[in-house]
Amino acid sequence: MTDHFSAANLATAHEIISRYPKPKSALIPLLHLAQEQDGWVTDDAMRQIAELTGTTPAEVKGTGSFYEMFKFHPVGKYMVNVCTNLSCQLLGGEELLAHAEEKLGVKAGGTTADGMFTVEDVECIAACTEAPALQVNYRFRHRITIDEFDELIDDIRTGNADDIPEHGTLARVRQSIPSGSGAGIHPPEHASEAPVWLVRNDAPEGADLSVTSAGGSGAEVPGESSEGPV
Amino acid sequence: MPTHDYIPHAAGYVDNDGPKIVTSRFPYEDSYTMERSEATGGYEGLRTALSRRPADVHTEVRDATVLGRGGAGFPAGVKWGFMPPGKFPYYLVVNGDESEPGTYKDRLLMERDPHQLIEGCLITCYALGLAQCFLYVRGEMALAQERIGQALNDAYARGYVGKNILGTDFSVDITLTWGAGAYIVGEETALIESLEGNRGMPRLKPPYFPAAIGLYGQPTIVNNVETLANLPWLMQNGADQYTTYGSETAPGTRMVAVSGHVKRPGVYEIEQGVTTFRDLFYGDNFCQGIREGHELKMFVPGGGSAPWFFPEQLDLPLEARAVGAAGSMLGSGALIVMDETTDAVKAALRLVRFYARESCGKCTPCREGTTWEERVLQRILDGEGRPSDIDMLLDIADNISPGPYPVAADPSQDLEAVPFPPKQTTICPLGPSSVAPITSTIRRFRHEYDAKITKRDTIPVSAAPMNAGAVS
Repeated sequence: MTDHFSAANLATAHEIISRYPKPKSALIPLLHLAQEQDGWVTDDAMRQIAELTGTTPAEVKGTGSFYEMFKFHPVGKYMVNVCTNLSCQLLGGEELLAHAEEKLGVKAGGTTADGMFTVEDVECIAACTEAPALQVNYRFRHRITIDEFDELIDDIRTGNADDIPEHGTLARVRQSIPSGSGAGIHPPEHASEAPVWLVRNDAPEGADLSVTSAGGSGAEVPGESSEGPV
Repeated sequence: MPTHDYIPHAAGYVDNDGPKIVTSRFPYEDSYTMERSEATGGYEGLRTALSRRPADVHTEVRDATVLGRGGAGFPAGVKWGFMPPGKFPYYLVVNGDESEPGTYKDRLLMERDPHQLIEGCLITCYALGLAQCFLYVRGEMALAQERIGQALNDAYARGYVGKNILGTDFSVDITLTWGAGAYIVGEETALIESLEGNRGMPRLKPPYFPAAIGLYGQPTIVNNVETLANLPWLMQNGADQYTTYGSETAPGTRMVAVSGHVKRPGVYEIEQGVTTFRDLFYGDNFCQGIREGHELKMFVPGGGSAPWFFPEQLDLPLEARAVGAAGSMLGSGALIVMDETTDAVKAALRLVRFYARESCGKCTPCREGTTWEERVLQRILDGEGRPSDIDMLLDIADNISPGPYPVAADPSQDLEAVPFPPKQTTICPLGPSSVAPITSTIRRFRHEYDAKITKRDTIPVSAAPMNAGAVS
């Protein structure tokens, strides 16, 4: 099968998988990666995710379809998610949603004809003291007035909202563990030995263990190493 | 010096008098950077921990009675003791899936001070011999993911995380992982399912208590973000100092978000156990009263899942036992204040709709019940309600939570409180949570329901119990 992920994304996918004891744990992050690449989650992407994680495409969709953020059909470049849960409802969240629907000419769940915006009526987004709140592609906007909403939409249309990437991109900084500096993954079926540092529990009570050996041999009695603190 | 006002770069946070255990860096605009963290004592708590025996670190946390800040309020030090000995590897899973209605504090802690959280994770892994940490951030929190990702990269580069941390024999990786939009994943066993690449459906407890059978079937500690954020301070200052704040049963501080109809909604770090709801809503230092010209009607004291309180409960302290005996819970530190303009039925429906949307579908009473609750409430609100609808709502509620449901006292009707928690016919508390807004409002504002109910019953309810399937 030909790769669906770009070479760069495939490398990222492998790196993500390497951080979990079991590849299937990378399933949700890889679905996000697919959505970042394509704007939504395609069947081809799910086929490759299945291959990468040792699952089936049905399992990938089975997991993915549980989660609100994954879209299995094309959506707008910008997801406008207006919170209408209680804290926001009390301070105009529903009116804000109604205005968003009117301004963009679509009902919640719909996408504008030009493919720019999808409006969603979402549950609590943890900005409750800043009601009414919304997110555009998961970037927050707090205490939004009707006028500010219009400005925001105009800014996006004219390319003046550069803190908001296109739909699918979440964090723009990825975790990356430089080779040699990681402690390594610990699959459940491996090893049942205690982590080496727990031997420190055998040190005398009140001992200062700040001077202890590097290298993780675990064999030395802590506190008796000649190496100084780092 | 506290500015006593909002900090522009930490949306909603009010810089306040009082002890600062987890928000001390918030006033700095660059609080999330390695530079600021190190310049203000960052990773000193880790160094202190590493100079002590792991078991002693655990003892310190137990002595401090660090209560879990995610919702259940269980002491972390006690939870840490539940892992069966010798069944390695053990894992740490950090619950950063903050989604309880009204709750806004873990996001701030992750966005504003990711190093403090990372340090808390490391202290925990060191104390308990945990082999790997998974830091699960809610999917919708892109900035938190970004800040934690950067902070982890910097922390690896500085030797705080990874192999041979600070030159010692302590080694652990922290893996940043993230969700994709599902409230139920905040439930610890559902979070583990999600982390294993599955639909986020809760597991039955027992036997699946994470400390015994958790991630990949191994002993797993699941702690909330705020809980772990307390540990660096605790390591540096000790349990003796920690317990000078708050009350004996609830030491230290906790972050609370007060939203809704108050003059100054905000996220406040308060002393646990001693601050009262009245202090919080009316104090100059806090919310400064109900918005101009209005008065308090009711409030949610601990997130969308908590039974509601009313003016009579204002003088209770934010302390679990007192609040529990009065019929509710402190939950996730989310307080939603509603004034007299609020339609009780509409507000109840909004929370119920949340549970109906977020029910994972595993347990029938919740999957079916929350949907029925939503539809019946909606038709009452739409003027299509029937007199029997109230009994029907209570009947559905009883299927999910049998027996008297926790509720506040109502002196005007000479009704006593029913203490927390509710009983449940479901695996997790999501279904029972949907009952809270219904029973809270029906008991108190029955007249509001009655005023909206305009249709007549077509079938007498007494002759057609719901379980006979005769009500359509």
